[in-house]
Amino acid sequence: MTRDITDQRNASVLTEQPNLTAGLAMNAQTELKMKARDVKVFYGASEAIKGIDMDVAKNEVLAFIGPSGCGKSTFLRCLNRMNDTIDSCRVTGLIELDGQNMYDPRLDVVQLRAQVGMVFQKPNPFPKSIYDNIAYGPKLHGLASKKSDLDDIVESSLRKAGLWNEVKDRLAQPGTGLSGGQQQRLCIARTIAVSPEVILMDEPCSALDPIATSIIEELIDELKTNFTIVMVTHNMQQAARVSDRTAFFHLGELVEVGPTNEVFTNPQNKRTEDYITGRYG
Amino acid sequence: MSNLTLMMALLALMAIAYQLGLVRTRQVAGQHPTQRMHSRPHHYGVMVGLWAVLPAFFVFLLWSWGSPWAIQQLLTAQLPDAITQDPQELRVALRRIGNLAANFGVVSEAADWELQAAAFLRDTRQLSNGLMLALMAAVASAGMLYSYRTITPLHRARNQIEKVVKTALVLCSTVAILTTIGIVLSMVGESLRFFSFVSPMDFFFGTTWNPRFSTSGVGEGSLTGDQGSFGMLPLLAGTFMIACIAMLVAIPLGLLAAIYLAEYASPKLRATAKPIIEVLAGIPTIVYGFFALVTVGPFLSEMGETLGLDIRATSALTAGVVMGIMIIPFISSLSDDIITQVPKSLRDGSLGLGATKSETIRKVVLPAALPGIVGAILLAASRAIGETMIVVLAAGNSPSLTANPFEAVSTMTVTIVNQLTGDNDFSSPQSLVAFALGLTLFVITLLLNVVALVIVRKYREQYE
Repeated sequence: MTRDITDQRNASVLTEQPNLTAGLAMNAQTELKMKARDVKVFYGASEAIKGIDMDVAKNEVLAFIGPSGCGKSTFLRCLNRMNDTIDSCRVTGLIELDGQNMYDPRLDVVQLRAQVGMVFQKPNPFPKSIYDNIAYGPKLHGLASKKSDLDDIVESSLRKAGLWNEVKDRLAQPGTGLSGGQQQRLCIARTIAVSPEVILMDEPCSALDPIATSIIEELIDELKTNFTIVMVTHNMQQAARVSDRTAFFHLGELVEVGPTNEVFTNPQNKRTEDYITGRYG
Repeated sequence: MSNLTLMMALLALMAIAYQLGLVRTRQVAGQHPTQRMHSRPHHYGVMVGLWAVLPAFFVFLLWSWGSPWAIQQLLTAQLPDAITQDPQELRVALRRIGNLAANFGVVSEAADWELQAAAFLRDTRQLSNGLMLALMAAVASAGMLYSYRTITPLHRARNQIEKVVKTALVLCSTVAILTTIGIVLSMVGESLRFFSFVSPMDFFFGTTWNPRFSTSGVGEGSLTGDQGSFGMLPLLAGTFMIACIAMLVAIPLGLLAAIYLAEYASPKLRATAKPIIEVLAGIPTIVYGFFALVTVGPFLSEMGETLGLDIRATSALTAGVVMGIMIIPFISSLSDDIITQVPKSLRDGSLGLGATKSETIRKVVLPAALPGIVGAILLAASRAIGETMIVVLAAGNSPSLTANPFEAVSTMTVTIVNQLTGDNDFSSPQSLVAFALGLTLFVITLLLNVVALVIVRKYREQYE
């Protein structure tokens, strides 16, 4: 992490040649949102991620696929430093958000996580009312000074998550009383409420039924106009349906990353081809 | 043959019957090669064993329960009419004869008829014993034979055993329930006797506690209204004051310790510190009392002097502080377990929204753990209210109605000890009041537990 962290605080337009490993095909409109270089993650002595380079463009949906234990969730959790909560975990390399080094000791991880929100595999609403679940983040970050502002944030977040019509009459009821799909949308709304720039989703549909899944997929499609979304999925059809680009992970390495239709129709790597044609995984 | 040897013999019989059952099962299985046995071989063994022993055991129970009464009836019929007329004299005579039969009496002083009766008693007892043994042997062998012959592939031995085991389980749980009911009933009975001396109004709402000790019990003094006053309020106030001080000490210390252990401490430190804190709960309360009397009391008293406060060495404060230390582990250990059980996903969710660790603990983890924590606190509170030894030594034993925690007070538990120890007539109100106090204490802790349950249930519905 030797780079000067003060350069390019704004979203930087890449001027260098497209980096093949990063797999981001550049054109004049593409803005770089996140950049990872040579990221390694260790759990104790074992190396879970073996040097990954990746770029994330603004307002794209990037999907991580790969067999279980390939390190895709671990890498995702590096992107908002959730791995800090695991004692034995150590991260090296460079990860930048808008040109700012995320692992800079001077950076406040709390601020970072407000910028890079996360939705988890299992819906995890707080044991509070629906309203308080959404209002939790904005209250912490002081985003609303008046009750009416807070009401507005709650309503707009729920609307963006496509949940408003279902819950508007029972905002005071516990969030844990909703169905699984509603709970997951509540969690997405909760994340939106702190107005992050990037939303990380760790297999957001793996605990949901097909109908709830398709609602969330539509939601992801809408959200990408306002947010950059990085998601892990076990479901290759899902990756094909919702993502702009797909990254294939295997054994802690990034094997291939590129536009989704290319990865699925014309994989460059034999391992990718074997995986997406169902030969293993 | 003593009862102990009899029991041993029954167990031995059971072992033999079990083996017989096993052997028989193998034979039967050999004779029916095409059929599967319904139960496993050991089921049949246990079935034969139970059939051999259980009926015989019931015979034993019934006989031991009924025969003394029957023998006494026979004996009484032998005695001269003059004695059987007077129940008092009959009781004395029966006891004397019993002693003579057991060779305790002085034979030379015994009257002729007494000796005869004693000999009769001895013979009858022997006869009864022999009869019982014969009957048991007959029942045991009949049971064994019957069940031995029922061993067929279709016979459901396992279901029989399951019934027996289930009955045994029910009996065991009934013992605990019956004991509780028995305790309550006996306390209610004694309390009612107490309330025949002192009106409940005077007891529950009286503000003076001064039960004069009269060695003559219900005698002169008490009947003329000179029995002292039994107002419970000073004791109740003392109990609650000390419990409140204890909770004021224990809740912050215990809860903060629990939060540290569960959220901040390294696993190694937690593994060491938690058992050490739990040791506090294992120290005998008399040692705490000692500690309060010798160390804490004088210390508080000196500290009060420097601050210009008049604190007595044995006071509600001393007892409360030491009791608070005693119940720290109840709160910290239980709360620690409960906080640790809050799912990691909730913490991740909060941290993922940019909450700090302390915000996460205060706003997500603690609210989620609250029902359990409230339960832990109420458990500790009922423990504090029922605690005896610390207050006996350190509270000063002065049943006065005061709101000053620096004064000596007395509690219900201390008073129960005081009223029941020493040379007392157990039918005097001075002793009986202990049962009324005990019953009140029981009701209070019961209510606390009920409230704890209700709170926990209410929050659980809301949170899950």
